[in-house]
Amino acid sequence: MGFLDIDNTTKSYGAVEVLHNVDISIEEGEFLVLVGPSGCGKSTLLNMIAGLEEISSGEIRIKDRVMNGVHPSKRNIAMVFQSYALYPNMTVGQNITFGLEMHGTPKPEREKAMKEVASLLQIEQLLDRKPGALSGGQRQRVAMGRALVRDPDVFLFDEPLSNLDAKLRVDMRTEIKKLHQKLGTTIVYVTHDQIEAMTLSTRIAVMNGGYVQQLGTPQDIYDTPANIFVATFMGSPAMNVVPARVAVENGKPMARVALHDGTETALPFSQGNMEGWDGKDILLGIRPETITDEDAADRKSSNIAHMTNRIVVTEPAGSDTFVTMTMGGKDVIARMRSDAEVHPGADFTFAVNMEKAVAFDPATEARIAP
Amino acid sequence: MAHATQDTAIRTGRAVRMLIYLVLILFALFYMLPLYVMLVNSVKPLEEITGGGMMNLPQLWTLEPWAKAWSSAQIGVEPTGLSPYFWNSIKMVVPAVAISTILGALNGYVLTKWRFRGDTILFGLMLFACFIPFQIVLIPMARMLGLMGLAGTTWGLVLVHVVYGIGFTTLYFRNYYAVFPTELVRAAQIDGAGFFQIFWRILLPSSGPIAVVSIIWQFTNIWNDFLFGASFAGADSQPMTVALNNLVQASHGVKEYNVHFAGAILAALPTLLVYIVAGRYFVRGLMAGSVKG
Ligand SMILES: Nc1ncnc2c1ncn2[C@@H]1O[C@H](COP(=O)(O)OP(=O)(O)O)[C@@H](O)[C@H]1O
Ligand SMILES: [Mg+2]
Repeated sequence: MGFLDIDNTTKSYGAVEVLHNVDISIEEGEFLVLVGPSGCGKSTLLNMIAGLEEISSGEIRIKDRVMNGVHPSKRNIAMVFQSYALYPNMTVGQNITFGLEMHGTPKPEREKAMKEVASLLQIEQLLDRKPGALSGGQRQRVAMGRALVRDPDVFLFDEPLSNLDAKLRVDMRTEIKKLHQKLGTTIVYVTHDQIEAMTLSTRIAVMNGGYVQQLGTPQDIYDTPANIFVATFMGSPAMNVVPARVAVENGKPMARVALHDGTETALPFSQGNMEGWDGKDILLGIRPETITDEDAADRKSSNIAHMTNRIVVTEPAGSDTFVTMTMGGKDVIARMRSDAEVHPGADFTFAVNMEKAVAFDPATEARIAP
Repeated sequence: MAHATQDTAIRTGRAVRMLIYLVLILFALFYMLPLYVMLVNSVKPLEEITGGGMMNLPQLWTLEPWAKAWSSAQIGVEPTGLSPYFWNSIKMVVPAVAISTILGALNGYVLTKWRFRGDTILFGLMLFACFIPFQIVLIPMARMLGLMGLAGTTWGLVLVHVVYGIGFTTLYFRNYYAVFPTELVRAAQIDGAGFFQIFWRILLPSSGPIAVVSIIWQFTNIWNDFLFGASFAGADSQPMTVALNNLVQASHGVKEYNVHFAGAILAALPTLLVYIVAGRYFVRGLMAGSVKG
């Protein structure tokens, strides 16, 4: 039993099931991120934890207490909404203490708690203002203050940063991470932004179409994605997925991939069990940063393969240069050092770190290896 | 704001603009003419009116017609003036406006934030009530009031006006609350606020503009209503409109036009006042639903 258990939980609107048998269990102090494309059911799941949506079947437990049918205010949770949902007619101070007031906390304690939270979030000078007179970043802080002041068991965040501009978003992301490290609170955080998910979480649940595709640490999710959806959703630029054929040569399984001119190259598999796949088609997943020039290849890797391929496009991006080539009839992106000598139209010998390559079953799109 | 108006206004020549203003002023004067006639004739002795010259300013200024209309003119059989009926109207309008507005706000709140099966149909039916002609309900309503023991009472009239007003007030508040962020209600739920606390502490404080619209609309309609007043009021609950009619229609004696004019202005004064005090908010409130700030 974890701290928060989502146990075989389903949500239906009428005849339409939008969440299918979700099973997630997290420990106290974890930072769980629910990530997935828009409409995949993240907010619905979060609202079910909050008690704002009914649970159609299954059970949600917080600290082993079954939450089905328990009113949101009695779950000891707090939520930060995408729109911040600050009460427009109340001052910042009143916004922060409203929940305590509703729960019958005496005024002196409310004031004390408000002061503590305000100093933690550095919003003391805003306490007498109305939300309308705050900037986006300040509203965000107040919304967090309103959640923090309650000292809840679980914090719920629904895309809290998506209304901020890019710069502020990165700053607030760091801020939230710091806050989590400092307070050790249990957090469930919804976002469609995979970078937010990777940077903030201790564990990620990648969702699509109402299913949890994979639940794991950021490293797990990134290195061993359960299927092609997870592989391509997490990471930017997305993982390259190219058709390949398995061929065992000298007892070693190789992935044979067509290059730009139709000739094939053989990339040796590093690990994992490819038994039974000899001669069969697979989809090979290669992350852009594992295709480099020879000098930049990972020295710790025991399996660097080389291939010479034609460069189609180069896109210098300051710190990196993105190189597009054709493999297996698809565009493949390599992430190179900015000073790599790459020219469009020229042939180039790439170093591929096959230790990091992933093989998928083309029929089920599930991972075969590693 | 001033800049925006200037920038977006259609540029016109000086002469054209003068012409436009001239025409507008003429229209305004023409429109104000009845008010002028009423005002000047209400402060003249009767002889000056019957002697012709309705448009002239009074030679002898007097407030006598006002005093008479208010406190001693013959209304029906009693020489009471309009004052008791004025208070009848107040006693009817204030509760009717307050109750219908509060119920409309509650309905709007439930219809947008506590949605339930069939809520749109229910709302449609309530809207339908706005379009039922008064005449159709007269007889059934009389029967209902009789059954409830409210026939001929002020509270009977209050009930009638509340029932008729709810459709409109619900429409106003529903449309206003439809664009009120539901996340606020959810946040308040998590904060532990109950059904009425959310209404009272979160929604109502933000409902000023639409409340003004509802109050003005209801106040003018109920104050100016004649049909229900004439049909359902008893002798001691007749509203101002009915009394004014009785004053003007009195068949015996000379027609005291100056008193009639004063009485008519007295009857119109409260609605006028409401518009002057709250008219600004009226327009703002009507706009509030359509234009998001
Ligand atoms: N009240 C509702 N009635 C019917 N379907 C809904 C309702 N709320 C959400 N849905 C559906 O449930 C799915 C998941 O929605 P949501 O949880 O908001 O997605 P996300 O937050 O991941 O973008 C969507 O397909 C949406 O259309
Ligand atoms: Mg969402």
